[in-house]
Amino acid sequence: MSRIDATFAALREQKRKALIPFFTAGDPDLATTVPLMHAMVAAGADIIELGVPFSDPMADGPTIQRSSERALHNGTTLRTVLDFAAEFRKTNDRTPVVLMGYANPIESMGCEKFAVAAREAGVDGVLVVDYPPEESVLLAGLLDAHGVAPIFLIAPTTVDARIEQIARLARGYVYYVSLRGVTGAATLNVEEIRQKIAQLRVRVKIPIGVGFGIRDGKTARAVSEIADAVVIGSRLVEEIEKSGHGRVLDNISVLVKDIRAAIDRQ
Amino acid sequence: MQMGDLPDDRGHFGPYGGVFVAETLIEALDELKAAYARYREDPEFCAEFAYELKHYVGRPSPVYHARRWSEHFGGAQVYLKREDLNHTGAHKINNTVGQALLARRLGKKRVIAETGAGQHGVATATIAARYGMECVVYMGAEDIKRQAQNVYRMKLLGASVVPVESGSKTLKDALNEAMRDWVTNVDSTFYIIGTVAGPHPYPMMVRDFQSVIGRESIEQMQELAGCQPDAVLACVGGGSNAMGIFHPYIPQKNVRLIGVEAAGLGLESGKHSATLCAGRPGVLHGNRTYLIQDDNGQIIETHSISAGLDYPGVGPEHAWLKDSGRAEYVAITDDEALAAFHNLCRLEGIIPALESSHALAYASKIAPHMKKDQILLVNLSGRGDKDMHTVAEKSGITF
Repeated sequence: MSRIDATFAALREQKRKALIPFFTAGDPDLATTVPLMHAMVAAGADIIELGVPFSDPMADGPTIQRSSERALHNGTTLRTVLDFAAEFRKTNDRTPVVLMGYANPIESMGCEKFAVAAREAGVDGVLVVDYPPEESVLLAGLLDAHGVAPIFLIAPTTVDARIEQIARLARGYVYYVSLRGVTGAATLNVEEIRQKIAQLRVRVKIPIGVGFGIRDGKTARAVSEIADAVVIGSRLVEEIEKSGHGRVLDNISVLVKDIRAAIDRQ
Repeated sequence: MQMGDLPDDRGHFGPYGGVFVAETLIEALDELKAAYARYREDPEFCAEFAYELKHYVGRPSPVYHARRWSEHFGGAQVYLKREDLNHTGAHKINNTVGQALLARRLGKKRVIAETGAGQHGVATATIAARYGMECVVYMGAEDIKRQAQNVYRMKLLGASVVPVESGSKTLKDALNEAMRDWVTNVDSTFYIIGTVAGPHPYPMMVRDFQSVIGRESIEQMQELAGCQPDAVLACVGGGSNAMGIFHPYIPQKNVRLIGVEAAGLGLESGKHSATLCAGRPGVLHGNRTYLIQDDNGQIIETHSISAGLDYPGVGPEHAWLKDSGRAEYVAITDDEALAAFHNLCRLEGIIPALESSHALAYASKIAPHMKKDQILLVNLSGRGDKDMHTVAEKSGITF
């Protein structure tokens, strides 16, 4: 069983929901990335989504744009991010690592070469933001063949025929985008998400995570009641930006612990 | 509107084009695709488009035999397709009229656009004023500094110009920001992309709206010269004016198609925008095409004296025309373009845009080596009024 499947199976048994923090690899600096991953796990993260920075993050709001710029400025490349994953794996063989980024750095490396490198680095899943299912058949097949889960976004506007298409290709979990707009946008309509997730479950048989617009323990809690996993990104990246280099590990630990506690509260 | 063979149903020109966007934008693109498929064949839509092009834009734009300039070369006869005489001074308006008509039929009351030099922004602001639509133009903060006049022009026309501070603060970042606006406001907003790039159906749709240039040229060349040119030349940034004049000529296999990119300070300097000459394929702004990128797949900053060519991508159909060998792509440096600019001013009394000056410069390279009965047709895509500041600065003059 894959690490992602094992993680969700264990959580189901404990009647708990997954907490999936996202941050951009290489931000605030190269040396802090792997310690941040470990700190997030220690604070209660179940899966780590590691952002691969791209020069043109079209689907991201200002917070993650700035974070990508810092990461690129620090010299982060797709190769570096794979190395971070491999280093994390040396001391953690249990927590899944999912890479999230844009198509071009992957195509630049070559899809096959990337799929092999991802498996060797101990990466468990890959989400390519600008690869809708139609354009990702090749990469999804290669990833799947190498035991790495292709992970897909589903939007509020995704029609049933597409949901079926995504369900066929997706492994691990699907990522439901709870808002129209870019990452980091405000306000969340929990009732709307509840209805949509109920519809999704008819076709999607793997766990459903919800992300975009989750800002605090309260919104995380609300989402955890209806989804299998809560993804929190921009809020953490904002905290990384605000914290000094010395305080970033502590501040992120506190924030992730708070959200974990809110999700787990009986 | 004329239907080409390509792209396929999902927007592919061979391996290029396609739809590379986040799932959140798919529905909007599907809606646009369906709307365009319906209206491109709709007689009423086509008639309204033709009426606007004639009475508002001032089409057809003439083809002009540049006799003195041709004599100066002592070789091929050079003809100019005068897109510079269009309302707003460039070919950009053809496309904004088409997309704005589509926006109206979709009931969208707000249009957005990205702009580099400001020409597409001005053309969008113009048509938004004409139809009473709200208009927001995204423009890189760096470009805003360089193009103060066009920014003011857009504001006069009632548009708001939003400075983009992310990335390199230029055209590519403005496009990212416009996409972000669109995905957030998709119910009320129509995104008018200015070139033959972006996700399907944009490359096809913009090409179709711009193809009026080539269709007119075929008729006008027959009338004026009694035959078609040996070669058609056009500058290529994103590539909309080139696609517009090339597309109707694609089936005429004996007409060479030559796209002229910006070599900036020289291809070897690394400071250029010659995507097809010096880039490699990748994915950016919703399509697969040639890109100027580093070894890690990050997009790198480009350079050209003409802001309109200063873009790290290129329309996917050009990528296909290059690989298939139907079109050739060459590059002209800043200095060569400037020399052609001055030449045309002095010999023909026409002040060309710096973008178009790249195509003129390549014509002046090959014309002397051709026979006197051979013909070059250059798409003079825009007028140079907007470039006074840049050219004066290069000559050491301040106003």
